[in-house]
Amino acid sequence: MKNDLDRDLSLSLEESAPQASHLDAAHLHAHDTRIHRQDRTYSARENWAHALSLGVYRALSVLVAVGVILVLLWGVMDLPAFGRETNPVENEVSERYLAQGLQEGGATNLVANMILDYRAFDTLGESNVLFTAATAVLLLLRGLQSREANHPLASAAPEAPADPILRAGARALCPVILLYGLYIILNGHLGPGGGFSGGAVMGAALILYREAYGPEKMGRFFSFRTYRAISFFALAFYALSKAYSFFTGANHLPSIISNGTPGAILSAGLILPLNIAVGFVVCCTMYGFFALFEKGEI
Amino acid sequence: MNLQILLENRVEAAAIILFGIGLTTLLLNRNLIKKIIGFSFMDSAIFLFLASEGYISGHTAPIQDAAGSLPAASFINPIPAGLVLTGIVVSVSVTAVMLSLTVRLYQRFHTLNLDEIVQLAREANEEEEEAND
Amino acid sequence: MEIVMTLLLIIVLLNAIMVVRTKHLLAACIIFMAQSLVMVLIWILLQSPDLAITEAAVGAGVSSLLFFLALKKIQAIDQGKEDSTHEK
Repeated sequence: MKNDLDRDLSLSLEESAPQASHLDAAHLHAHDTRIHRQDRTYSARENWAHALSLGVYRALSVLVAVGVILVLLWGVMDLPAFGRETNPVENEVSERYLAQGLQEGGATNLVANMILDYRAFDTLGESNVLFTAATAVLLLLRGLQSREANHPLASAAPEAPADPILRAGARALCPVILLYGLYIILNGHLGPGGGFSGGAVMGAALILYREAYGPEKMGRFFSFRTYRAISFFALAFYALSKAYSFFTGANHLPSIISNGTPGAILSAGLILPLNIAVGFVVCCTMYGFFALFEKGEI
Repeated sequence: MNLQILLENRVEAAAIILFGIGLTTLLLNRNLIKKIIGFSFMDSAIFLFLASEGYISGHTAPIQDAAGSLPAASFINPIPAGLVLTGIVVSVSVTAVMLSLTVRLYQRFHTLNLDEIVQLAREANEEEEEAND
Repeated sequence: MEIVMTLLLIIVLLNAIMVVRTKHLLAACIIFMAQSLVMVLIWILLQSPDLAITEAAVGAGVSSLLFFLALKKIQAIDQGKEDSTHEK
């Protein structure tokens, strides 16, 4: 009966992936039995109106999608040619960033200069987006595991010990990856990199450690309290260090901290500390996503 | 003639087509995970379009040397790079939120098929109303 | 560079079509990961090393990991349900 319904839906809706909704065929029988109860209102075979509406929806979707592609391609035809210096995008704003960036911001990586100095508020908002997303995931997935753990079989089977190869690999790789992430963060104002990428690399190192050694060992130095504290202090530091531009009339270019020698590690004013703050937020968020998806708690 | 321009702007054209494929997946695929992947493809398409707008052929990445000796006219436009940089990180958090919603839906309804989820939710609502009456 | 770029763009579009066509969700997630890796190469060709590093760490690394974990979680929920039906 279950298969019947599947066929009903797939008949009218889509030919490409009739079974794609299931992970594999073995799980078919495990689905809720409520779906094939008496109600046939939404069965495409028995209710022609439903079948018709599904068909209309499908046709309209194809029309909309093709229409959007065609209209946008038509727009692309009127775009200026790819990669010309004279394109209107290359206007005085980017010229200013490129020409004055080193004097005003002090970072040799002009992109970092832009996102953490000229447009630092943008990045503050984005760090908050990350934190908010982590909070939303926390709300959604918290307690998912605990309800499953009440199940006798789920709690009886302890977590299998990690693979020895994984452990040995993690022992060798974790410090190196962590160091590399730190390098990317600390060099964010000198070369390609910065808080976002370095933080994600550091988060990956923490994830690898947790996979190899288990959440208990991880909890010894990174618990929910640590997560909360690091996220809060990093975001608060960021917000406070940029708050002075409220008093200077939203002009936060003249900084109290000197820009130092361009090219040195300790240069570029606030960009290095801000990079570190962003890196910590991203690292915590990435690790938090992983922990929440895996176990339902950080 | 027109095709000539499309071929010259092929990065933008590819970005548009990628966007279209993502939109089609989002509209037509009933599987939630596939919908999320389609959404991520739409993200990638936007990033590709933005970054290709900032590219200037022959120019290098906007990294100045310590003396500041490189002329500003030798760099590509840094603004799209900055926008896309923030966008990539936001897109992963959006993906994470959508995936966690999917996991919760699966826990409640035991299916990834959106049509079935809508139907089951409707039935659950009706049952609740009957119980209230 | 022009040829490599064209090739990479074609691979990107093929990847996207393959995700729509494939019936296996794990395969779809792996193609998504490959897509991110191809995008890394495109960022390098577009002279944006910042984007390349971020995409490699975030898109190909953490994002795909989240997809795999979500699939694993979904499977775990299913298994728990199977067990409970067997016990009855």
